[in-house]
Amino acid sequence: MIPREFAYERPESVADAAGLLRSHGDGARVLAGGHSLLPMMKLRLAAPETLVDIGGISSLRGITDAGSYFEIGALTRHADLAGSDLLGLACPVLASAAAGIGDPQVRNRGTIGGSLAQADPHGDLPAVLVALDGEVTAEGPDGTRTIPARDLFRGFLTTSLAADEILTAVRVPKAPHSTYVKFNRRAQDWAIAGVAAVVDGDSARIALTGVGAAPVRAEAAERAFWGGNAAEAAARAADGLDPPSDAAGSADYRRHLARVLTLRALEEAIGG
Amino acid sequence: MAATVEQGKGIGVAALRKEDRKFLTGRGRYVDDLKLPGMLHMAIVRSQFPHAAITGIETSAAMAMPGVTAVLTGDDLEFAAGVPCASNPTGQMVHPTRPPLAKGRVRHVGEPIAVVIAADRYTARDAADAVEVGYAELPAVLGVEAALADGAPRVHEELDSNVGLVLAHRTDGVDEAFARADVVCEATIRNQRLIHVPIETRGVVADWNPASDELVVTSSTQVPHFLRTFLAIVCGVSEAKVRAIAPDVGGGFGAKLNAYAEEFIAAAASRKVGAPVKWIEERSEAMLATCHGRAQIAHMSLAATKDGKVLGMRAHYVQDYGSYLQMLTPLISQLTFLMSPGAYAIPEVDVKVTNVYTNTVPTDALRGAGRPEATHAIERSMDMLAGELGMSRTEIRRRNFPSEFPFTSAIGLQYDSGDYGKTLDRLLELSDDRETFARRREEAAARGKLLGRGLSTWVEVCGFVPSDVARNALGLTPGGWESSTVRMHPTGKATVITGTSPHGQGHATSWSQIVETELGVPFDDVEVIHGDTAFAPYGLGTYGSRSLAVGGTAVHLAATKVRDKARLVAAQMLEASPDDLDFSGGVFAVKGSPDKRTTIQEVAFRAWQAFGMPEGVTPGLDETVFFDPPNCVFPFGAHGCEVEVDRDTGKVEITSYIAVDDCGNVVNPMIVDGQVHGGVVHGIGQALYEEAEYDSGGQLVTGTLVDYLIPSAADVPHIETHRTVTPSPTNPLGVKGIGEAGTIASTPAVVSAVCDAVGARDLDMPLQPMKVWDAIQKGGAR
Ligand SMILES: Cc1cc2nc3c(=O)[nH]c(=O)nc-3n(C[C@H](O)[C@H](O)[C@H](O)COP(=O)(O)OP(=O)(O)OC[C@H]3O[C@@H](n4cnc5c(N)ncnc54)[C@H](O)[C@@H]3O)c2cc1C
Repeated sequence: MIPREFAYERPESVADAAGLLRSHGDGARVLAGGHSLLPMMKLRLAAPETLVDIGGISSLRGITDAGSYFEIGALTRHADLAGSDLLGLACPVLASAAAGIGDPQVRNRGTIGGSLAQADPHGDLPAVLVALDGEVTAEGPDGTRTIPARDLFRGFLTTSLAADEILTAVRVPKAPHSTYVKFNRRAQDWAIAGVAAVVDGDSARIALTGVGAAPVRAEAAERAFWGGNAAEAAARAADGLDPPSDAAGSADYRRHLARVLTLRALEEAIGG
Repeated sequence: MAATVEQGKGIGVAALRKEDRKFLTGRGRYVDDLKLPGMLHMAIVRSQFPHAAITGIETSAAMAMPGVTAVLTGDDLEFAAGVPCASNPTGQMVHPTRPPLAKGRVRHVGEPIAVVIAADRYTARDAADAVEVGYAELPAVLGVEAALADGAPRVHEELDSNVGLVLAHRTDGVDEAFARADVVCEATIRNQRLIHVPIETRGVVADWNPASDELVVTSSTQVPHFLRTFLAIVCGVSEAKVRAIAPDVGGGFGAKLNAYAEEFIAAAASRKVGAPVKWIEERSEAMLATCHGRAQIAHMSLAATKDGKVLGMRAHYVQDYGSYLQMLTPLISQLTFLMSPGAYAIPEVDVKVTNVYTNTVPTDALRGAGRPEATHAIERSMDMLAGELGMSRTEIRRRNFPSEFPFTSAIGLQYDSGDYGKTLDRLLELSDDRETFARRREEAAARGKLLGRGLSTWVEVCGFVPSDVARNALGLTPGGWESSTVRMHPTGKATVITGTSPHGQGHATSWSQIVETELGVPFDDVEVIHGDTAFAPYGLGTYGSRSLAVGGTAVHLAATKVRDKARLVAAQMLEASPDDLDFSGGVFAVKGSPDKRTTIQEVAFRAWQAFGMPEGVTPGLDETVFFDPPNCVFPFGAHGCEVEVDRDTGKVEITSYIAVDDCGNVVNPMIVDGQVHGGVVHGIGQALYEEAEYDSGGQLVTGTLVDYLIPSAADVPHIETHRTVTPSPTNPLGVKGIGEAGTIASTPAVVSAVCDAVGARDLDMPLQPMKVWDAIQKGGAR
């Protein structure tokens, strides 16, 4: 629980942060809420030479209603998402997922940008972004680009962000009929499996947490949903899945959970 | 003016805990708060392999790092003895030797191999990582089956096999009982390996003064006096020069009822480098290297008549000792052995415990220590027997309760007092009747929930222990008495010095209440000192739910002695005969002339002045008592709980929990409730969440709190607590222990409820969702 020695920088602008990342090269890491990075450092699973703490860049925090979508700063905390009435009404999948992350300490520190950049297969927000078909803004020394959710997550703890790029904002469409259903062994735990469901009339977008190296779109279930049949969709939710087996759940159990949770999520989303 | 105690906080009052302001406002003082001039920090290089010969230790890279003072291996530190074990149940058992720092051989992942002493903890940790240990791997035994297999590699070459000890007891009529029985109910019941997880990990500051040769060790321990004695023995110094201090201690649960290698290493390292040395255990280190608990398998069989009378029991337990004996390792399964029949009058028994070494961290006391294992095995067996007989789980218990107390079990323990039917009756009164429950069960099924309820009727032996029992029946090195000093100051305040060593239990409060009741000195005028061997008479510490029954009794007796002496002084002051004085609420008054009176505070002042003391009465009011209990105490109770199991996922939610306990007279009902709450939650942890697991390579896979799940507030139900009161005849306060009760009771009650919900005969703990879901798939649940 004792990290290796590291240098610490606290830039005041995104441009400065990106510049520091470039100049320090591979040894530098962005520090946001620290609730994935610091535990890894304490366990000595990560040992960055330099931390570039973006916590002082206040422009990166906040939720803006931009009409048909929300623009959310990367440093917006899980607690901000969970407590937002705007999101609660117009994008409940994001608010409900954030409300179920960890414990109050984690929600008060952890950020949406950090969660997405971490791309933990058991993290809740990546699947939400995929189900919402959202996108993120990445800013690096060479400029700014937009990365759609489907291109962001590349696998286990891996995204398409370059090492010197900073995720600055997240854009998600409004989705009043949506929800996130998480299943864990104990309150405050990481998900064994989770389902983000976004229903729009006759169609649904469904993404799963904890059943692969990255969030998985349940495409067979989405097709089966056509016309609004939640039960038929749920029955197909595990089609093609190749989930991991571990102490928390076997692959079979996870497939089963994918079906059960998809049904619950769809019913709740439709009802919502 | 006389200080009378009308709105008192004596025995029986739910006084708020006087120690809590300090803890809640962050003004407690724990080991890590201690900073001594020149203090260095220690980090430990631990074995990466479960069983290996050490072929070399390369320390030069670590030594070269700036800030590193020393890198010490088993060859650098000399000890006069190995890590001690104070339990030898048969007197014949061979204790394998274990040097505090490994010498040539390691026997579990996490065993200390070398230490780095450095200017700060970060440097120490970095340097520890830079120490290179050469290993030649040896075949390891993981799990008791592997250890008992033919041709299994031996954990200790000095022993003939991996079996460390076998205990057996058999009554003459047991075969006949089984032959006569209408049914025989058999089951294998597992108590998984657990980790204690106190909120404060271990920690020690050792300060060996090279000028005076005095050693002061401040440690997060439950047993400072034992620690002092063992430091003297292991480090080879005069005990008179050793002082052990337990400052505020953030929980123990048995993990700190020990004298650990790390404590000896820190002391020896401090001597070596000539500076104070601090070691604060990391959380993942605590998971890996502090002793574990439970790890026991029970093969049970009960022989019964068709109307549910149990005629005989065969119980064969297999205990995983881990790789070495810690302070009380052999005692734990011995306690299982002693409590094997639980709360039932089972006339014939055949009980055996086989204790086995494996290449895992040693096991030792964990809240309940052997008694939860016994209770779980017998309670699950009674449920299964009820199922086989088509009898209710309450009825089968009732038919087998002892009818008279004191009751001597077939093992030979004398249960001091009890009325087991009464707590069960009370539980049933508080629970829904059959019809209501059946209706609610149907309603729940319509919501996809499987409702179940379960119970346990538990009894434990605690309040350790009459010293002759410690020697003759248990084979312990120390006896089981406790000490206390009660000292009145000239200004009328009182100090209690106790040999017990609280780490969350609230002794300062309870002991103050006892003094208020005995002496009439107000609760707020009493201070309680503990944990420092420089000030306290020898005490045996806090564990085994002994503090109140043994240590509290010592406080009571010391206070009584103070009162008896005060009476003589008061009589002199009032010019009356001692027998003519009434004493109540801190006031001595002459019988028949109540205006001739004096207070205990005035008497204390006079005794300090020592002016005109009665013939033969020495100055001061300051009495010390050593109390050796005549028996253990046997608290008991009935716990019931209800669960809802999600039929589609297997997740268990405890929806109600009722505890009816009997711990004799109650000093502070709020503290008793708190102990029951904490204990119940701990037992729920075992039932539903916790399991320490090693993989096939001997690595601990549950080494963080992400993998080792302990319940949080959000996971536990509202816990209703109720009591009956059957005073203990064993001590003058009539009290019994309550610190472990909840843990002992709740684990089987929860498993009983889940099995009821899913229609399973039994399930192995922890009942995590996948396992319960599997059971539902297999079992055609309701
Ligand atoms: C006890 C505990 C329980 C938890 N439970 C859950 C849970 O149930 N569900 C869940 O989803 N999560 C859980 N988490 C993780 C939590 O949500 C983290 O906050 C989150 O994963 C990371 O966000 P952060 O802001 O803390 O990022 P950090 O830890 O600071 O960073 C994480 C990674 O992302 C990079 N990074 C951070 N921000 C940016 C950015 N703007 N641009 C580019 N790279 C960036 C960092 O360099 C690092 O590699 C838990 C954490 C803890 C400690």
